[in-house]
Amino acid sequence: MQRTTMDLWVGLFVLVGIGALMILSLKVGNLNAYSMAQTYTITGNFENIGGLKVRAPVKSSGVVVGRVSNIQFSTKTYDAVVTMNMDSRYQFPKDTFASILTAGLLGEQYIGLSVGGDERMLAEGDNIMKTNSAMVLEEMIGRFLFDKAAEEEAF
Amino acid sequence: MLNRIVANIQDIGHRVIDSVWRLGNASRFFILVLLKSGTCLRRFSLVIRELYYTGVLSLIIIIVSGLFVGMVLGLQGYETLQKYGSESAVGTLVALSLVRELGPVVSALLFASRAGSAITAEIGLMKATEQLSAMGMMAVDPIARVVAPRFWAGVISMPLLAAMFSVMGVFGGYLVTVVFIGVDAGSFWSQMQGAVDFRFDIINGFIKSCFFGVAITAIAVYEGYDAPPTAEGVSGATTRTVVTSSLVILGLDFILTAFMFRGIS
Amino acid sequence: MQSETLIEIRDLNFAYGARSILNGINMTMSRGKVIAIMGGSGSGKTTLLKLIGGTVRPSSGYVNVAGQVIHQLDRDALFKIRRKMGMLFQFGALFTDLSVFDNVAFQMREHTDLPESMIRDLVLMKLHAVGLRGASHLMPVELSGGMARRVALARSIALDPMLIMYDEPFTGLDPISLSVIGSLIRRLTDALGTTSIIVTHDVQESLKIVDYVYFIADGVIAAQGTPQEVSESVAPFVHQFVHGEEDGPVPFHYPAQAYRADLNLENNLA
Repeated sequence: MQRTTMDLWVGLFVLVGIGALMILSLKVGNLNAYSMAQTYTITGNFENIGGLKVRAPVKSSGVVVGRVSNIQFSTKTYDAVVTMNMDSRYQFPKDTFASILTAGLLGEQYIGLSVGGDERMLAEGDNIMKTNSAMVLEEMIGRFLFDKAAEEEAF
Repeated sequence: MLNRIVANIQDIGHRVIDSVWRLGNASRFFILVLLKSGTCLRRFSLVIRELYYTGVLSLIIIIVSGLFVGMVLGLQGYETLQKYGSESAVGTLVALSLVRELGPVVSALLFASRAGSAITAEIGLMKATEQLSAMGMMAVDPIARVVAPRFWAGVISMPLLAAMFSVMGVFGGYLVTVVFIGVDAGSFWSQMQGAVDFRFDIINGFIKSCFFGVAITAIAVYEGYDAPPTAEGVSGATTRTVVTSSLVILGLDFILTAFMFRGIS
Repeated sequence: MQSETLIEIRDLNFAYGARSILNGINMTMSRGKVIAIMGGSGSGKTTLLKLIGGTVRPSSGYVNVAGQVIHQLDRDALFKIRRKMGMLFQFGALFTDLSVFDNVAFQMREHTDLPESMIRDLVLMKLHAVGLRGASHLMPVELSGGMARRVALARSIALDPMLIMYDEPFTGLDPISLSVIGSLIRRLTDALGTTSIIVTHDVQESLKIVDYVYFIADGVIAAQGTPQEVSESVAPFVHQFVHGEEDGPVPFHYPAQAYRADLNLENNLA
């Protein structure tokens, strides 16, 4: 085998190996700055996001129209600020209703958009005014037990 | 009767002493290899040559196996997860299994049988045909010239091959679940990226594969160098390399996992 | 011809564990000579070469090469003196992963800083000396046994050594290759002014080319002399060895108890 051919193969091998490590880090791991082709950003404040994760889908009528790009806690309003990257092909009215829903009983959580009737559309940097928090199982059970107890006391 | 018992006890003692001797010899040899690595690290073309034989020639088996392992993981994971309506978690399953365990371990097992056995056979044959003695008589240290480059090439290739295995596995899982079955690509990736942690999973997997690389090549070069200079000797040493490295990989994997993922859910 | 002593061996003993291989060997070898060490298989000839090369240590006694006692040298000094020794192994021991050219160039690249163009010229000169300049691009697997031996010879003279040791250089060769190797050894020794030690049991070929012969049997020197003295010798051992007789001082039978006793004949007769 020629020295130069061998060098070429080894060079390729090392490059591909390092490339694989990069893919693992960036694509599989969460060292990632994701961006869609053409997007605009909107935010929404949620009282409780439950198990919502960054990169979870934003759906309307079951169609994926965007992705969650960032989740932060705001110390001004004391709730979660969720930033969404929306596909520019889809425009939504200002009074669109955003709620955190769960796919199936144990599935992943996503943001569902219910379209409103406003004539003005959401634009880059806008905030969705109407939000609905995630259902948290413990809270639901807690509320259920509390109601039960209250009912019994009433008797 | 008493004689038989004594003979059996002697046999046990003999085996223990023999193993300790071998272990001691192997450790001494390992340290010698490290001490004599200067030459081959200065003349890196020696290592590049061996990288070709250990790394590049192992590519095919690693890539193909990785792809299939990932596809099977995706299929099996989907079958099980869809019963609970959480088939979108299949990405997490595939990626975590690959990055933490299967990537480093399976690629190390393949590497031991593909490259480790080749290293042992090559060094053993060089010894059997007096090439190592000839080198010594030419005032060239065979450990520095023959053993050390092979050792370092193995240590360098192993983590790279493990990374390729994992990437191919994830791709295989993606192919089966997203492309063939139709799980949402976004939730496949998002769940995966949500669950796979760079530091805990990817770095730890990388560290594992580095350990495996050192262990496999150290065993392979020692068995080759220690092989009796006959045909049976070399074939026996080659078998021992594969068996010993496989056991060491699995044992080491348990120890490393216990250290790395203690207290991390 | 100068008769300066290159190798001096005094009271050399060597044993593998309890098994004694060499017992009190004394030899003196001069520069520029071809010396043969002969003996049956397993008589310790190869061990003697290893002792001269310093790959094993003597139990007692010493080997002195060019004024240095081999087993007292540290690693660096030993490697330094080995650069001045060439060794031809039994089956050549060419590096199978290197071409003929690279095999011969091996020592030059390892031990010298010569530019590649000069190494090329030197390698082709060495290969020309053994008649294989045209085979420089071949790999060792493509060579016949005799050609491999010649390449190994070219490799062992790569750094113009003061001493070349040949371990069974004639084994497994056809008659033509055999005499080619034989005359090459003689010619190279004379041309380079080196000393050659040939370990062999090929009597006829080596008697044609050597200056002095040692016979080793059971770890001691059984006989020695010039080829002329040896062929005319009437000593029973030498006579048996030189003429290849199957029985003599070296018995045909491995030591055993009486044949009759082994076959239980005596009991039957009694």
